[in-house]
Amino acid sequence: MLVLSGVDGGYGHVQVLRGLSLEARAGEVTCVMGRNGAGKTTLLRAIMGQVRATAGSITLDGQAVHDLPAHEVPRAGIGYVPQGRRLFGPMTVAENIEVGLMTRGKGAATREHVLALFPRLRERLGQVSSTLSGGEQQMLAIARALCLEPKVLLLDEPTEGLQPSMIALIRETVTALKATGVATILVEQRVDAVLSVADRVAFVVGGTVAETLPAEELTADAPQFRQYVGV
Amino acid sequence: MKSLALHLAVIALLFALQFVLPPYHHTNIARVMVLAVFAMGYNIAFGYTGLLSLGHALFFGAGLYAAGLMANGGWTGLATLPAGLLAGGLVALAVGMLALRTAGVSFMIVTLMFAQAGYLTILYFGPVTGGDEGFVLPAAARNLAGFDLATETPRYTLGLALFAVALLANLALVRSPLGRVMVAMRENEERSRMLGYNPFTVKLTALVISGLYAGVAGAGYALMFGYVGASFAAIQYSILPMLWVLLGGAGTVLGPFIGALLMFYLIDLSSSVTTAHQMVVGVALLALVLFAPKGLLGTLRERGLKWLP
Repeated sequence: MLVLSGVDGGYGHVQVLRGLSLEARAGEVTCVMGRNGAGKTTLLRAIMGQVRATAGSITLDGQAVHDLPAHEVPRAGIGYVPQGRRLFGPMTVAENIEVGLMTRGKGAATREHVLALFPRLRERLGQVSSTLSGGEQQMLAIARALCLEPKVLLLDEPTEGLQPSMIALIRETVTALKATGVATILVEQRVDAVLSVADRVAFVVGGTVAETLPAEELTADAPQFRQYVGV
Repeated sequence: MKSLALHLAVIALLFALQFVLPPYHHTNIARVMVLAVFAMGYNIAFGYTGLLSLGHALFFGAGLYAAGLMANGGWTGLATLPAGLLAGGLVALAVGMLALRTAGVSFMIVTLMFAQAGYLTILYFGPVTGGDEGFVLPAAARNLAGFDLATETPRYTLGLALFAVALLANLALVRSPLGRVMVAMRENEERSRMLGYNPFTVKLTALVISGLYAGVAGAGYALMFGYVGASFAAIQYSILPMLWVLLGGAGTVLGPFIGALLMFYLIDLSSSVTTAHQMVVGVALLALVLFAPKGLLGTLRERGLKWLP
């Protein structure tokens, strides 16, 4: 579905991604792990067109997306939940969802589907989003990305700073999305979270994928976690 | 529903006021209403979309001169008013196409430069524009569908009509999908882009709508008060709508009107008791920044009236 092949990219003269190759398949969760500064977030930003790929290609269902303007990438079917949530703070939950729905002209059915995934948001539709708890804000950020009905969903450390009950909820949501055929790329540092939802795990070192393994081949004490992530 | 009722009530109150106001205030309120339309336009760009412009005098001046020059050519209000609207929108489109390649302080400076270029152009083409002195509109041109705008009631009615249409259109705009996207753009441009919105298109649309408001306000002002002058295209008329909006509440529909009304009467009343009236205005603005940084309606909304659009 989404294929990155030999992607280079970075910020100005600083190259972060070095020939990175990765594949995200429909109905699967591909977890990306690595130390701080390995290039995990840059990888997601490159897919979204926020960081230009200076070499290599990024294709979605065979169509190149690396040369699209950044605002066209979501329209092509890629949703992104960045680290830190980044909601539209003064807007209500309903308005945040509405802004998500409008991009691709999605309507009531999509809204219902998204709210069914996050019943707690339905109870807070009129609430200003900046007043939600951290977990609820994360739900809303994911819900808003799902309003695009993406083929591929990129999640950047969605469980960071959340309480265990919220982490479990996010995990359940990611698992539920697999059944809908969405390809998910999940950047995550927590080994337990990765092992509970991942189909494959890609370890990023120095801006490239050093090793990709099926999740069932990994256990919590697998040497790769210590070698590539330092946990 | 509550907010629509409030806005309709404000329009009804302004309608009723014309029957009780003495002539001096009758003219003042008519002036405030048309200037509030200008401020509403500024608010669409600044308050809702986050575009801090210092070039709105150019859009106001475009409407003012389009109407004024056409009036000099023998056209009446039925033609000059739409012409002013269009002129404001077109100039905003042209400025926006270039200025929106920049952002933040650069955008502010570029719009200021455009406005100054417009102001100097008016002065340069003095034989046509009247230069620094401007010109008075012929009485025959100040006629709108048979009503003489030099007289009190038609003038007030035109001001009210422009204000009412602008206010309700503004309310509809901020509740529309486009209005939501404008706010999203103001809050986080990068995040909006990641949801598939093109910041350039959204901001240009907002600026053009803003220019339409400023243009029609300029044309209305020319017809209602019969004078067109370069001072209306000077930097002061780029700063004033910003102050009105900040005072009333940026990102609130009624804020620009409240701000324009208060500032107008603050200057009017303080100048009648002291020559240092600018200092009074300065102190008022300082108090505003310290105690109500979101403006009057912005603060009210924050402190309980959350339904205020």
